[in-house]
Amino acid sequence: MIASAAFDILLCLLIVTVAVGSVAARDLFGAVALYIVYGLLLAIGWVRLGAVDVGLAEGAIGAGLTGVLLLGAAARLKAAPDPPRLRIVPLLLCLAVSLGLGAAVLSLSVPQPGLVPLVQENLAASGVGNPVTAVLLNFRGWDTLVESVVLVVALVGVWALAPDDLWDGRPGAAQRVKRDAVLNTFGRLLPPVGLMVGIYIVWIGAYAPGGAFQAGTVLAAVWLLAIMAGVAEPPPVRRPLWRALLVLGPAVFLLAGLHGTLWGAFMSFAPAKAKTMIMAIEFTLTLSIAVTLAMLVLGRPRRPA
Amino acid sequence: MAEPGLLVALPLAACLAAVFLGRRGALLVWVTGPLMLVLTWQLARAIPVVEPLGGWAPPLGIALRADGFAAAFLVMTALVAAVVGAYAATYFAADPRPRRAAAFWPLFYAVWTAVNLILLGRDLFNLYVGLELLTLAGVAMVALDGRAATLAAALRYLLFALFGSVTFLIGAALLYGRYATLDMELLAVALAPDTATVAAAALISVGLLAKAAIFPFHAWLPPAHAGAPAPASALLSALVVKASVLILFRLWFDVLPPLAGALLNALMGGLGAMAVLYGSVQAIRQDRLKPIVAYSTVAQLGYLLLAFPLAGAALGAQPWSAGAWTGAVFHALSHGLAKAAMFLAAGTIMLAAGTDRLDRLGGVAKAVPVASFAFVIAAVSLMGLPPSGGFLAKYLLLTYAFAAQQAGWAAVMVVGGLLAAVYLARPVNALMRAAPAEGARFARVPAVLQLAPLLLALAAMLLGILSFEPYRLIQVNNPAAAHEGLQ
Repeated sequence: MIASAAFDILLCLLIVTVAVGSVAARDLFGAVALYIVYGLLLAIGWVRLGAVDVGLAEGAIGAGLTGVLLLGAAARLKAAPDPPRLRIVPLLLCLAVSLGLGAAVLSLSVPQPGLVPLVQENLAASGVGNPVTAVLLNFRGWDTLVESVVLVVALVGVWALAPDDLWDGRPGAAQRVKRDAVLNTFGRLLPPVGLMVGIYIVWIGAYAPGGAFQAGTVLAAVWLLAIMAGVAEPPPVRRPLWRALLVLGPAVFLLAGLHGTLWGAFMSFAPAKAKTMIMAIEFTLTLSIAVTLAMLVLGRPRRPA
Repeated sequence: MAEPGLLVALPLAACLAAVFLGRRGALLVWVTGPLMLVLTWQLARAIPVVEPLGGWAPPLGIALRADGFAAAFLVMTALVAAVVGAYAATYFAADPRPRRAAAFWPLFYAVWTAVNLILLGRDLFNLYVGLELLTLAGVAMVALDGRAATLAAALRYLLFALFGSVTFLIGAALLYGRYATLDMELLAVALAPDTATVAAAALISVGLLAKAAIFPFHAWLPPAHAGAPAPASALLSALVVKASVLILFRLWFDVLPPLAGALLNALMGGLGAMAVLYGSVQAIRQDRLKPIVAYSTVAQLGYLLLAFPLAGAALGAQPWSAGAWTGAVFHALSHGLAKAAMFLAAGTIMLAAGTDRLDRLGGVAKAVPVASFAFVIAAVSLMGLPPSGGFLAKYLLLTYAFAAQQAGWAAVMVVGGLLAAVYLARPVNALMRAAPAEGARFARVPAVLQLAPLLLALAAMLLGILSFEPYRLIQVNNPAAAHEGLQ
């Protein structure tokens, strides 16, 4: 009991320290490195709170993917920004907001069951055993569908930043990797393992923590590793197959939702078929999310197709 | 067939198809435009309609609800989007750069989906997701031209909008922690004026004001809206910024009346008045067409906030109940039509003249007479002259201000109207100058690019002439606070 309390207090102190360090870091690279550490600590925090799904997402997307995106951005910024200075007025403003937020959070009566009892009550009709997946894919599937489209739209926004003559070309820089060097070897060894992990995470999401967003991140990482190791080439934007893969998951989700209008309501699944449909959506969504996230990391097209 | 779900599913499907089709996505608009007009029209005849998505009622699930407020804006959105889509199909067809067209169509449908979602949604997290879709698509549209200036404008827009997203999300999380629901109707029933609720209301409101470019968060709007390609500017000014204001209306008039009071009314009215005056003065100081129209958006959005102090004022002294609230809604509708018309007309004028500098526009009215005429008609509505929709809106708001002896707010509206006449008279005057500037040569433009703005400008005019039906529509299931005010 005391040991776990001590761990939690230590964790909280670490999270705050790393957060302050990230904001106050003198160079951009250091700030991003600390931000990634912050994300990982936060993921442990979620696990300590019993929210393993959130922890997985925070670790994979918050720390991993966002970290890679930030590292890429930091590497591309030629001029280093001015080191942070202490400004009194914004500092006071931030303190006031923080104190106000703190007071508001403390004023909530804890612990609140929230909607947990209601979710448990309807879990049997949702088609899956993991309450988080039930909420994301069934009870509030509409949110998840739109979010998956937000990702695709963000990618279109990134592509739109390409030069006019390269807009449908190949993203990412050409990789020159020596065959049988360390990176190349890893690029051949790790993808099969990563693939298994990704498929496991999406499959287990039906019963236990896991799901499309986390699995998609793992698969994206696998693909990116293969690209960085020179084993695979990023596809050109103009190729229809890849654009089809991008929209496959959201399209299957939307079609399933529209199918619901035929017998009940938009976005509804018949309880008997719910499991099959949700798994079909999860797997196609994982594929689309993986392609979208990886292509977001690769950035705008910069080479001819 | 009046299911709200279809109104979000159809543009969403078109968005996904457009990602796949790339530049050929332009063809979709000839199907989606008419279909959405029919579907929104049917919904407007069937309201009020409630559709719990997935068959799960709130608080477990998300419900789409269509009332008069939503239906009126859904029809306006469908009209604006269909016409802007037809315009864009022609506009980008002539574009030697296929990149802009290929990127535009997914963004176009993303905006349409998000606006419809925001009009029909009542779940705070679902509204957040809609706002994210709207923001990302909007920012990408601003960056479409790819010039250094437009990229900087897009980045500034992104920073303001993300600030708004963060505060909105924290506010929504606080409300969920306090009430264990995100559904506006359930929140309204349970609402208590305690610390967490007040903090959440403040955070969400600040976030929405930042996204809506309400003074003092206006700085991002003019370069962003002026720098985007014409069809994108039309969508951004007519629909995108307005969506945030509409959520603000829903929030305060439907959910939060117990928290409202004289302080809130003075604050919102004050911000609105500052926006009207500041935006108008800045619009007068511009010497290019698109920045004038963009600053005009800053000013026109300010009028909407005057509904806060004026709603319910002089209760019983007026023949119409909910008049000030209705006036603001009419203002938003007519501004949406007129501003879209104006940006489309400005785009056509720029294509013809090759520039939008006022001193180079002499003779343009001869080259593109219909688009110039559309610009003038839209200007009449923005100035609030009869018989336009803008006139009716200002008339409702003004009579309420006078009846409640709130001369201050009335003065803001009168001065704002005069300033609008000044900043719009300059471009109209420039267009009508007979003598072309030295060395000016005008390009020929397709007829669609002239007719599309005219159609929207005439719609803004018809909103004033045939105001009975829209007026009746808006009143269906309107909030009690629209009658009683936020006291």
